[in-house]
Amino acid sequence: MSIVIVALIFAFLLKEGLSIFWRVPISDFLFARNWYPISDPPQFGILPLIIGSILVTAGAGIISIPIGIASALFIAEIAPRKTKEVLKAGIELLAAIPSVVIGFIGMVTLGPFIKEIFNLSTGLTALSGSITLAFMAMPTIVSIAEDAITAVPRQYREAAIAMGATKWQTTWRIVAYAARPGMVAAVMLGIGRVIGETMAVMMVTGNAALIPHSILQPVRTLTATIAAEMGETVQGGEHYAALFAIGIVLFIITFLINGIADIYLHKAKK
Amino acid sequence: MIETLQMPSILSESFETDTKLETKNVNAFFGKTQALRNVSLRIQKNHVVAIIGPSGCGKSTFLRCLNRMHEVAGGSMNGTILLDGEDIHENDPVNLRRRVGMVFQKPNPFPTMSIFDNVAAGIRLNGMARKNHIAETVERSLQQAALWNEVKDSLSKSGMSISGGQQQRLCIARALAVNPEVLLMDEPASALDPISTAKIEELIYELKKDYTIVIVTHNMQQAARVSDETAFFYLGEIIEFDNTKKIFTAPSIKQTEDYVTGRFG
Repeated sequence: MSIVIVALIFAFLLKEGLSIFWRVPISDFLFARNWYPISDPPQFGILPLIIGSILVTAGAGIISIPIGIASALFIAEIAPRKTKEVLKAGIELLAAIPSVVIGFIGMVTLGPFIKEIFNLSTGLTALSGSITLAFMAMPTIVSIAEDAITAVPRQYREAAIAMGATKWQTTWRIVAYAARPGMVAAVMLGIGRVIGETMAVMMVTGNAALIPHSILQPVRTLTATIAAEMGETVQGGEHYAALFAIGIVLFIITFLINGIADIYLHKAKK
Repeated sequence: MIETLQMPSILSESFETDTKLETKNVNAFFGKTQALRNVSLRIQKNHVVAIIGPSGCGKSTFLRCLNRMHEVAGGSMNGTILLDGEDIHENDPVNLRRRVGMVFQKPNPFPTMSIFDNVAAGIRLNGMARKNHIAETVERSLQQAALWNEVKDSLSKSGMSISGGQQQRLCIARALAVNPEVLLMDEPASALDPISTAKIEELIYELKKDYTIVIVTHNMQQAARVSDETAFFYLGEIIEFDNTKKIFTAPSIKQTEDYVTGRFG
Protein backbone atom coordinates (compact mmCIF):
# COMPACT_ATOMS: atom_id res chain seq x y z
CA MET A 1 0.00 0.00 0.00
CA SER A 2 2.63 2.48 1.07
CA ILE A 3 4.67 1.51 -2.00
CA VAL A 4 1.69 2.42 -4.18
CA ILE A 5 1.38 5.78 -2.45
CA VAL A 6 5.09 6.50 -2.83
CA ALA A 7 4.84 5.54 -6.50
CA LEU A 8 1.83 7.83 -6.95
CA ILE A 9 3.65 10.70 -5.26
CA PHE A 10 6.62 10.20 -7.54
CA ALA A 11 4.31 10.02 -10.59
CA PHE A 12 2.65 13.25 -9.49
CA LEU A 13 6.01 14.95 -9.07
CA LEU A 14 7.01 13.82 -12.54
CA LYS A 15 3.75 14.97 -14.07
CA GLU A 16 4.00 18.44 -12.55
CA GLY A 17 7.74 18.90 -12.75
CA LEU A 18 8.92 17.35 -16.00
CA SER A 19 7.51 20.11 -18.19
CA ILE A 20 10.32 22.43 -17.08
CA PHE A 21 12.76 20.25 -18.95
CA TRP A 22 11.11 21.17 -22.28
CA ARG A 23 12.36 24.68 -21.70
CA VAL A 24 15.53 24.11 -19.65
CA PRO A 25 17.77 21.12 -20.42
CA ILE A 26 18.39 18.87 -17.39
CA SER A 27 22.08 19.68 -17.32
CA ASP A 28 21.36 23.41 -17.22
CA PHE A 29 18.74 22.91 -14.56
CA LEU A 30 21.15 20.99 -12.34
CA PHE A 31 24.37 22.85 -13.03
CA ALA A 32 23.59 26.43 -14.04
CA ARG A 33 24.73 28.91 -11.42
CA ASN A 34 21.77 31.24 -11.25
CA TRP A 35 18.37 30.80 -9.67
CA TYR A 36 16.31 33.82 -10.70
CA PRO A 37 12.86 32.34 -11.23
CA ILE A 38 10.98 35.65 -11.41
CA SER A 39 13.35 37.82 -13.41
CA ASP A 40 12.82 38.28 -17.13
CA PRO A 41 13.83 35.97 -18.68
CA PRO A 42 13.75 33.62 -15.67
CA GLN A 43 16.81 31.52 -14.89
CA PHE A 44 16.34 28.11 -13.37
CA GLY A 45 19.75 26.84 -12.25
CA ILE A 46 19.52 24.95 -9.00
CA LEU A 47 23.28 24.54 -8.45
CA PRO A 48 23.34 27.15 -5.64
CA LEU A 49 20.46 25.36 -3.96
CA ILE A 50 22.15 21.96 -4.28
CA ILE A 51 25.37 23.39 -2.89
CA GLY A 52 23.40 25.04 -0.10
CA SER A 53 21.78 21.74 0.81
CA ILE A 54 25.06 19.85 0.64
CA LEU A 55 26.90 22.45 2.70
CA VAL A 56 24.29 22.60 5.43
CA THR A 57 23.90 18.82 5.49
CA ALA A 58 27.64 18.15 5.55
CA GLY A 59 28.06 20.65 8.35
CA ALA A 60 25.25 19.05 10.31
CA GLY A 61 26.83 15.65 9.71
CA ILE A 62 30.26 16.76 10.89
CA ILE A 63 28.71 18.04 14.10
CA SER A 64 26.10 15.39 14.77
CA ILE A 65 27.83 12.14 13.74
CA PRO A 66 30.71 12.15 16.24
CA ILE A 67 28.58 13.54 19.06
CA GLY A 68 25.69 11.21 18.22
CA ILE A 69 27.82 8.06 18.01
CA ALA A 70 29.71 8.97 21.18
CA SER A 71 26.43 9.58 23.00
CA ALA A 72 25.05 6.27 21.77
CA LEU A 73 28.16 4.44 23.01
CA PHE A 74 27.94 6.24 26.33
CA ILE A 75 24.27 5.41 26.79
CA ALA A 76 24.60 1.81 25.69
CA GLU A 77 27.89 0.86 27.32
CA ILE A 78 28.93 3.19 30.07
CA ALA A 79 25.95 4.90 31.68
CA PRO A 80 24.49 3.20 34.75
CA ARG A 81 20.95 1.94 34.34
CA LYS A 82 19.19 4.95 35.84
CA THR A 83 21.17 7.53 33.91
CA LYS A 84 20.47 5.50 30.81
CA GLU A 85 16.70 5.68 31.31
CA VAL A 86 16.82 9.43 31.84
CA LEU A 87 19.05 10.01 28.83
CA LYS A 88 16.94 7.85 26.55
CA ALA A 89 13.80 9.70 27.58
CA GLY A 90 15.63 12.98 26.98
CA ILE A 91 16.67 11.94 23.50
CA GLU A 92 13.12 10.97 22.64
CA LEU A 93 11.92 14.31 23.93
CA LEU A 94 14.44 16.06 21.71
CA ALA A 95 13.01 14.15 18.74
CA ALA A 96 9.52 15.31 19.66
CA ILE A 97 10.26 19.03 19.51
CA PRO A 98 8.60 20.48 16.37
CA SER A 99 11.16 21.64 13.85
CA VAL A 100 9.70 25.13 13.74
CA VAL A 101 10.42 25.51 17.43
CA ILE A 102 14.02 24.43 16.97
CA GLY A 103 14.25 26.82 14.03
CA PHE A 104 12.84 29.63 16.11
CA ILE A 105 15.29 29.02 18.94
CA GLY A 106 18.09 28.84 16.38
CA MET A 107 16.99 32.12 14.81
CA VAL A 108 16.76 34.15 18.00
CA THR A 109 19.69 32.69 19.96
CA LEU A 110 22.15 30.98 17.62
CA GLY A 111 21.97 33.58 14.85
CA PRO A 112 22.97 36.58 16.98
CA PHE A 113 25.59 34.47 18.74
CA ILE A 114 27.26 33.50 15.47
CA LYS A 115 27.02 37.05 14.19
CA GLU A 116 28.76 38.20 17.33
CA ILE A 117 31.67 35.74 17.48
CA PHE A 118 32.50 35.76 13.79
CA ASN A 119 31.80 39.45 13.41
CA LEU A 120 29.42 39.03 10.47
CA SER A 121 26.74 41.24 8.99
CA THR A 122 24.20 38.49 9.55
CA GLY A 123 24.17 35.47 11.79
CA LEU A 124 21.77 33.57 9.54
CA THR A 125 24.35 31.43 7.75
CA ALA A 126 25.05 27.91 6.57
CA LEU A 127 26.81 27.31 9.89
CA SER A 128 23.70 28.25 11.88
CA GLY A 129 21.70 25.90 9.68
CA SER A 130 24.21 23.10 10.26
CA ILE A 131 24.14 23.49 14.03
CA THR A 132 20.34 23.65 14.11
CA LEU A 133 20.01 20.61 11.89
CA ALA A 134 22.61 18.72 13.92
CA PHE A 135 20.18 18.97 16.83
CA MET A 136 17.49 17.44 14.68
CA ALA A 137 19.64 14.61 13.35
CA MET A 138 21.02 13.70 16.74
CA PRO A 139 17.97 11.92 18.20
CA THR A 140 17.69 9.66 15.15
CA ILE A 141 21.41 8.89 15.15
CA VAL A 142 21.61 8.28 18.89
CA SER A 143 18.56 6.09 19.23
CA ILE A 144 19.23 3.88 16.20
CA ALA A 145 22.96 3.58 16.94
CA GLU A 146 22.17 2.79 20.55
CA ASP A 147 19.87 -0.02 19.43
CA ALA A 148 22.60 -1.39 17.20
CA ILE A 149 25.16 -1.30 20.00
CA THR A 150 22.82 -2.91 22.51
CA ALA A 151 22.08 -5.64 19.98
CA VAL A 152 25.73 -6.78 19.93
CA PRO A 153 25.55 -10.15 21.70
CA ARG A 154 26.95 -10.38 25.20
CA GLN A 155 29.25 -13.21 24.24
CA TYR A 156 31.47 -10.93 22.16
CA ARG A 157 31.88 -8.50 25.02
CA GLU A 158 32.69 -11.38 27.34
CA ALA A 159 35.17 -12.81 24.87
CA ALA A 160 36.95 -9.47 24.68
CA ILE A 161 36.99 -8.88 28.42
CA ALA A 162 38.15 -12.42 29.12
CA MET A 163 40.99 -11.85 26.68
CA GLY A 164 42.26 -9.00 28.81
CA ALA A 165 40.66 -6.08 26.99
CA THR A 166 39.90 -3.06 29.11
CA LYS A 167 36.35 -1.74 29.21
CA TRP A 168 37.42 1.03 26.83
CA GLN A 169 39.00 -1.36 24.33
CA THR A 170 35.99 -3.65 24.47
CA THR A 171 33.70 -0.75 23.68
CA TRP A 172 35.75 0.78 20.89
CA ARG A 173 37.47 -2.12 19.23
CA ILE A 174 34.93 -4.90 19.62
CA VAL A 175 31.45 -3.58 20.27
CA ALA A 176 31.58 -0.48 18.09
CA TYR A 177 33.21 -2.55 15.36
CA ALA A 178 30.52 -5.21 15.46
CA ALA A 179 27.76 -2.58 15.51
CA ARG A 180 29.19 -0.73 12.52
CA PRO A 181 26.47 -1.57 9.98
CA GLY A 182 23.79 -0.40 12.40
CA MET A 183 25.71 2.77 13.09
CA VAL A 184 26.04 3.52 9.38
CA ALA A 185 22.29 3.06 9.03
CA ALA A 186 21.73 5.42 11.96
CA VAL A 187 23.90 8.06 10.35
CA MET A 188 22.19 7.69 6.98
CA LEU A 189 18.72 8.03 8.48
CA GLY A 190 19.85 11.02 10.51
CA ILE A 191 21.26 12.65 7.40
CA GLY A 192 18.11 11.74 5.50
CA ARG A 193 16.13 13.67 8.05
CA VAL A 194 18.47 16.64 7.70
CA ILE A 195 18.18 16.79 3.91
CA GLY A 196 14.41 16.67 4.04
CA GLU A 197 14.13 19.24 6.82
CA THR A 198 12.56 22.50 5.67
CA MET A 199 11.15 24.74 8.34
CA ALA A 200 14.07 25.06 10.72
CA VAL A 201 16.55 25.43 7.92
CA MET A 202 14.49 28.12 6.22
CA MET A 203 14.45 30.13 9.41
CA VAL A 204 18.17 30.08 10.14
CA THR A 205 20.11 29.93 6.90
CA GLY A 206 19.32 33.38 5.55
CA ASN A 207 17.81 32.07 2.29
CA ALA A 208 20.11 33.65 -0.28
CA ALA A 209 20.12 31.58 -3.44
CA LEU A 210 23.78 32.25 -4.17
CA ILE A 211 26.73 29.92 -4.34
CA PRO A 212 28.39 30.43 -0.94
CA HIS A 213 32.14 30.81 -0.59
CA SER A 214 32.27 29.84 3.04
CA ILE A 215 30.14 28.26 5.70
CA LEU A 216 29.69 31.71 7.23
CA GLN A 217 27.56 32.98 4.34
CA PRO A 218 23.81 32.70 3.94
CA VAL A 219 22.62 29.83 1.78
CA ARG A 220 19.34 28.44 0.64
CA THR A 221 18.48 24.75 0.50
CA LEU A 222 16.35 22.82 -1.98
CA THR A 223 13.60 22.27 0.54
CA ALA A 224 13.46 25.88 1.70
CA THR A 225 13.17 27.04 -1.90
CA ILE A 226 10.07 24.97 -2.51
CA ALA A 227 8.45 26.05 0.73
CA ALA A 228 9.28 29.73 0.29
CA GLU A 229 8.33 30.12 -3.35
CA MET A 230 5.42 27.79 -3.91
CA GLY A 231 2.98 30.43 -2.69
CA GLU A 232 4.11 32.89 -5.34
CA THR A 233 3.78 30.68 -8.36
CA VAL A 234 1.06 30.26 -10.94
CA GLN A 235 -0.19 26.72 -11.04
CA GLY A 236 1.10 24.99 -14.15
CA GLY A 237 3.58 27.77 -14.90
CA GLU A 238 7.29 27.43 -15.48
CA HIS A 239 8.28 28.45 -11.97
CA TYR A 240 5.72 26.02 -10.57
CA ALA A 241 7.13 23.20 -12.69
CA ALA A 242 10.69 24.11 -11.68
CA LEU A 243 9.78 23.81 -8.00
CA PHE A 244 8.31 20.38 -8.65
CA ALA A 245 11.45 19.43 -10.49
CA ILE A 246 13.38 20.37 -7.34
CA GLY A 247 11.00 18.02 -5.56
CA ILE A 248 12.02 15.25 -7.96
CA VAL A 249 15.69 15.87 -7.21
CA LEU A 250 15.02 15.76 -3.46
CA PHE A 251 12.95 12.64 -3.82
CA ILE A 252 15.77 10.86 -5.63
CA ILE A 253 18.36 11.98 -3.06
CA THR A 254 16.34 10.83 -0.05
CA PHE A 255 15.38 7.65 -1.84
CA LEU A 256 19.06 6.81 -2.40
CA ILE A 257 19.99 7.63 1.18
CA ASN A 258 17.19 5.55 2.65
CA GLY A 259 18.11 2.74 0.28
CA ILE A 260 21.69 2.75 1.52
CA ALA A 261 20.51 2.91 5.13
CA ASP A 262 18.24 -0.04 4.46
CA ILE A 263 21.03 -2.14 3.04
CA TYR A 264 23.10 -1.51 6.15
CA LEU A 265 20.19 -2.19 8.48
CA HIS A 266 19.73 -5.56 6.81
CA LYS A 267 23.41 -6.24 7.21
CA ALA A 268 23.13 -5.29 10.86
CA LYS A 269 20.27 -7.70 11.41
CA LYS A 270 22.32 -10.55 10.03
CA MET B 1 79.44 -31.19 37.19
CA ILE B 2 76.89 -33.79 38.11
CA GLU B 3 75.43 -31.44 40.63
CA THR B 4 74.95 -28.61 38.16
CA LEU B 5 73.30 -30.98 35.73
CA GLN B 6 70.94 -32.30 38.32
CA MET B 7 69.97 -28.97 39.73
CA PRO B 8 67.64 -27.87 36.95
CA SER B 9 65.83 -31.19 36.82
CA ILE B 10 65.21 -31.04 40.53
CA LEU B 11 63.99 -27.51 40.15
CA SER B 12 61.62 -28.34 37.34
CA GLU B 13 60.38 -31.37 39.26
CA SER B 14 59.45 -29.28 42.22
CA PHE B 15 58.04 -26.68 39.86
CA GLU B 16 55.78 -29.16 38.18
CA THR B 17 54.13 -30.15 41.39
CA ASP B 18 53.85 -26.51 42.38
CA THR B 19 50.51 -24.96 43.10
CA LYS B 20 49.41 -22.68 40.28
CA LEU B 21 46.00 -21.64 41.49
CA GLU B 22 44.56 -21.93 44.94
CA THR B 23 41.15 -20.95 46.23
CA LYS B 24 40.39 -20.56 49.93
CA ASN B 25 36.85 -20.41 51.24
CA VAL B 26 35.42 -18.82 48.13
CA ASN B 27 31.78 -17.76 48.35
CA ALA B 28 30.11 -16.33 45.27
CA PHE B 29 26.77 -14.60 44.92
CA PHE B 30 24.36 -13.37 42.30
CA GLY B 31 22.53 -10.65 44.17
CA LYS B 32 21.40 -12.47 47.30
CA THR B 33 21.53 -15.95 45.84
CA GLN B 34 24.61 -17.82 46.91
CA ALA B 35 26.15 -19.79 44.07
CA LEU B 36 29.29 -21.07 45.77
CA ARG B 37 29.92 -22.02 49.39
CA ASN B 38 33.36 -22.23 50.91
CA VAL B 39 35.12 -23.64 47.91
CA SER B 40 38.75 -24.46 48.61
CA LEU B 41 40.79 -26.06 45.90
CA ARG B 42 44.39 -26.39 44.86
CA ILE B 43 45.31 -26.62 41.21
CA GLN B 44 48.76 -27.74 40.26
CA LYS B 45 50.84 -26.38 37.48
CA ASN B 46 50.55 -28.18 34.14
CA HIS B 47 47.67 -30.26 35.38
CA VAL B 48 44.21 -30.50 33.91
CA VAL B 49 41.49 -30.16 36.49
CA ALA B 50 37.95 -31.10 35.53
CA ILE B 51 34.97 -29.65 37.32
CA ILE B 52 31.89 -31.84 37.17
CA GLY B 53 28.46 -31.69 38.72
CA PRO B 54 24.79 -31.30 37.82
CA SER B 55 23.45 -28.12 36.23
CA GLY B 56 23.28 -25.17 38.58
CA CYS B 57 25.89 -26.57 40.94
CA GLY B 58 28.13 -23.55 40.53
CA LYS B 59 30.83 -25.02 38.32
CA SER B 60 30.70 -22.24 35.73
CA THR B 61 30.51 -19.63 38.46
CA PHE B 62 33.60 -21.10 40.05
CA LEU B 63 35.45 -20.95 36.74
CA ARG B 64 34.40 -17.34 36.24
CA CYS B 65 35.67 -16.42 39.69
CA LEU B 66 39.13 -17.56 38.66
CA ASN B 67 39.51 -14.79 36.06
CA ARG B 68 37.13 -12.37 37.76
CA MET B 69 34.56 -12.64 34.98
CA HIS B 70 32.01 -13.35 37.69
CA GLU B 71 32.07 -9.70 38.69
CA VAL B 72 31.70 -8.57 35.07
CA ALA B 73 28.36 -10.39 34.95
CA GLY B 74 27.26 -8.46 38.05
CA GLY B 75 28.10 -11.10 40.68
CA SER B 76 30.10 -10.72 43.85
CA MET B 77 32.41 -13.01 45.79
CA ASN B 78 34.51 -13.24 48.89
CA GLY B 79 37.32 -15.51 49.99
CA THR B 80 40.82 -15.71 48.57
CA ILE B 81 42.07 -16.84 45.18
CA LEU B 82 45.80 -17.09 44.74
CA LEU B 83 47.56 -17.23 41.39
CA ASP B 84 51.20 -18.14 41.93
CA GLY B 85 50.65 -17.20 45.56
CA GLU B 86 49.34 -13.72 44.79
CA ASP B 87 45.82 -12.64 45.60
CA ILE B 88 44.07 -12.01 42.26
CA HIS B 89 41.92 -9.32 43.81
CA GLU B 90 44.90 -7.19 44.62
CA ASN B 91 45.89 -6.78 41.00
CA ASP B 92 44.36 -5.29 37.90
CA PRO B 93 41.70 -7.67 36.50
CA VAL B 94 42.85 -6.82 32.98
CA ASN B 95 46.31 -8.17 33.72
CA LEU B 96 44.85 -11.19 35.44
CA ARG B 97 42.77 -12.05 32.38
CA ARG B 98 45.82 -11.90 30.19
CA ARG B 99 47.43 -14.52 32.42
CA VAL B 100 44.26 -16.57 32.79
CA GLY B 101 42.64 -17.09 29.39
CA MET B 102 39.13 -18.38 28.84
CA VAL B 103 37.26 -20.42 26.27
CA PHE B 104 33.48 -20.27 26.37
CA GLN B 105 30.76 -22.84 25.91
CA LYS B 106 29.56 -21.47 22.61
CA PRO B 107 32.25 -20.63 20.07
CA ASN B 108 32.34 -16.84 19.92
CA PRO B 109 34.80 -15.61 17.31
CA PHE B 110 34.40 -11.89 16.63
CA PRO B 111 31.95 -11.84 13.72
CA THR B 112 33.31 -8.81 11.91
CA MET B 113 36.91 -10.00 11.96
CA SER B 114 38.84 -12.39 9.77
CA ILE B 115 40.38 -15.57 11.14
CA PHE B 116 43.75 -13.83 11.31
CA ASP B 117 42.36 -10.75 13.05
CA ASN B 118 40.48 -12.87 15.56
CA VAL B 119 43.69 -14.50 16.71
CA ALA B 120 45.58 -11.22 16.54
CA ALA B 121 42.91 -9.32 18.47
CA GLY B 122 44.40 -10.02 21.87
CA ILE B 123 47.95 -9.18 20.82
CA ARG B 124 46.80 -5.93 19.31
CA LEU B 125 44.85 -5.03 22.43
CA ASN B 126 47.96 -5.63 24.47
CA GLY B 127 49.80 -3.16 22.30
CA MET B 128 52.62 -5.59 21.53
CA ALA B 129 52.04 -4.91 17.90
CA ARG B 130 54.95 -5.53 15.60
CA LYS B 131 53.78 -6.76 12.22
CA ASN B 132 55.94 -9.84 11.75
CA HIS B 133 55.66 -10.61 15.43
CA ILE B 134 51.88 -10.69 15.08
CA ALA B 135 52.01 -12.98 12.06
CA GLU B 136 54.36 -15.34 13.92
CA THR B 137 52.19 -15.41 17.01
CA VAL B 138 49.04 -16.01 14.97
CA GLU B 139 50.67 -18.93 13.21
CA ARG B 140 52.03 -20.39 16.44
CA SER B 141 48.67 -20.04 18.20
CA LEU B 142 46.75 -21.62 15.35
CA GLN B 143 49.24 -24.46 15.28
CA GLN B 144 48.89 -24.97 19.01
CA ALA B 145 45.14 -25.07 18.54
CA ALA B 146 45.58 -27.65 15.75
CA LEU B 147 43.82 -25.40 13.30
CA TRP B 148 46.69 -24.03 11.21
CA ASN B 149 46.61 -26.70 8.50
CA GLU B 150 42.90 -26.23 7.99
CA VAL B 151 42.85 -22.44 7.73
CA LYS B 152 46.30 -21.39 6.57
CA ASP B 153 45.01 -20.63 3.08
CA SER B 154 41.95 -18.74 4.24
CA LEU B 155 43.24 -16.51 7.02
CA SER B 156 41.45 -13.49 5.59
CA LYS B 157 38.04 -15.19 5.58
CA SER B 158 35.53 -14.31 8.27
CA GLY B 159 35.89 -16.06 11.59
CA MET B 160 32.28 -17.13 11.21
CA SER B 161 32.83 -18.89 7.89
CA ILE B 162 34.34 -22.04 9.38
CA SER B 163 32.58 -24.94 11.12
CA GLY B 164 31.55 -24.82 14.78
CA GLY B 165 34.39 -27.11 15.84
CA GLN B 166 36.88 -25.00 13.93
CA GLN B 167 35.42 -21.86 15.45
CA GLN B 168 35.98 -23.28 18.92
CA ARG B 169 39.59 -24.09 18.08
CA LEU B 170 39.88 -20.57 16.69
CA CYS B 171 38.70 -19.28 20.07
CA ILE B 172 41.31 -21.46 21.76
CA ALA B 173 43.97 -20.03 19.45
CA ARG B 174 42.74 -16.54 20.26
CA ALA B 175 43.05 -17.27 23.97
CA LEU B 176 46.54 -18.76 23.52
CA ALA B 177 47.82 -15.85 21.43
CA VAL B 178 48.21 -13.59 24.46
CA ASN B 179 50.38 -16.23 26.10
CA PRO B 180 48.35 -17.05 29.19
CA GLU B 181 49.54 -19.33 31.99
CA VAL B 182 46.18 -20.81 32.82
CA LEU B 183 43.38 -21.74 30.44
CA LEU B 184 39.82 -21.90 31.68
CA MET B 185 37.39 -23.86 29.52
CA ASP B 186 33.66 -23.66 30.15
CA GLU B 187 32.14 -26.75 28.55
CA PRO B 188 34.20 -26.12 25.44
CA ALA B 189 32.84 -29.12 23.54
CA SER B 190 29.21 -29.18 24.59
CA ALA B 191 28.04 -27.41 21.44
CA LEU B 192 30.14 -29.59 19.14
CA ASP B 193 29.82 -32.87 17.28
CA PRO B 194 31.73 -35.99 18.45
CA ILE B 195 34.60 -35.58 15.98
CA SER B 196 35.19 -31.96 16.92
CA THR B 197 34.90 -32.95 20.57
CA ALA B 198 37.59 -35.59 20.14
CA LYS B 199 39.82 -32.99 18.51
CA ILE B 200 39.36 -30.58 21.39
CA GLU B 201 40.13 -33.33 23.88
CA GLU B 202 43.32 -34.28 22.06
CA LEU B 203 44.19 -30.63 22.06
CA ILE B 204 43.72 -30.34 25.81
CA TYR B 205 46.13 -33.21 26.24
CA GLU B 206 48.71 -31.39 24.13
CA LEU B 207 48.19 -28.02 25.78
CA LYS B 208 48.75 -29.47 29.23
CA LYS B 209 52.49 -29.38 28.55
CA ASP B 210 52.52 -25.60 28.45
CA TYR B 211 49.44 -24.52 30.36
CA THR B 212 47.47 -25.24 33.47
CA ILE B 213 43.91 -26.05 32.46
CA VAL B 214 40.64 -25.94 34.34
CA ILE B 215 37.76 -27.41 32.40
CA VAL B 216 34.09 -27.44 33.32
CA THR B 217 32.22 -30.28 31.71
CA HIS B 218 28.87 -31.98 31.76
CA ASN B 219 30.33 -35.00 30.16
CA MET B 220 31.83 -37.39 32.69
CA GLN B 221 33.62 -39.52 30.13
CA GLN B 222 35.29 -36.36 28.94
CA ALA B 223 36.39 -35.48 32.46
CA ALA B 224 37.74 -38.99 32.90
CA ARG B 225 39.60 -38.82 29.58
CA VAL B 226 41.26 -35.44 29.81
CA SER B 227 41.87 -34.56 33.44
CA ASP B 228 44.42 -35.35 36.12
CA GLU B 229 42.20 -34.28 38.98
CA THR B 230 38.47 -33.94 39.18
CA ALA B 231 36.33 -31.84 41.47
CA PHE B 232 32.72 -32.78 42.03
CA PHE B 233 30.47 -29.82 42.82
CA TYR B 234 26.98 -30.06 44.18
CA LEU B 235 24.70 -27.18 45.20
CA GLY B 236 27.58 -24.74 45.24
CA GLU B 237 29.80 -26.85 47.45
CA ILE B 238 32.77 -28.92 46.59
CA ILE B 239 31.90 -32.48 47.59
CA GLU B 240 35.05 -34.25 46.57
CA PHE B 241 38.31 -33.33 44.90
CA ASP B 242 40.82 -35.99 44.08
CA ASN B 243 42.78 -37.80 41.46
CA THR B 244 40.52 -38.37 38.45
CA LYS B 245 41.03 -42.13 38.48
CA LYS B 246 40.04 -42.29 42.09
CA ILE B 247 36.95 -40.13 41.61
CA PHE B 248 35.69 -42.36 38.83
CA THR B 249 36.66 -45.74 40.26
CA ALA B 250 36.71 -45.44 44.02
CA PRO B 251 35.23 -42.15 45.21
CA SER B 252 35.26 -41.80 48.97
CA ILE B 253 31.95 -40.01 49.23
CA LYS B 254 28.63 -41.62 48.43
CA GLN B 255 27.21 -38.58 46.59
CA THR B 256 30.15 -38.56 44.21
CA GLU B 257 29.69 -42.23 43.49
CA ASP B 258 25.99 -41.75 42.84
CA TYR B 259 26.74 -38.94 40.41
CA VAL B 260 29.57 -40.56 38.46
CA THR B 261 27.63 -43.79 38.15
CA GLY B 262 24.70 -41.86 36.78
CA ARG B 263 22.25 -42.34 39.64
CA PHE B 264 21.44 -38.63 39.70
CA GLY B 265 22.35 -35.40 38.00
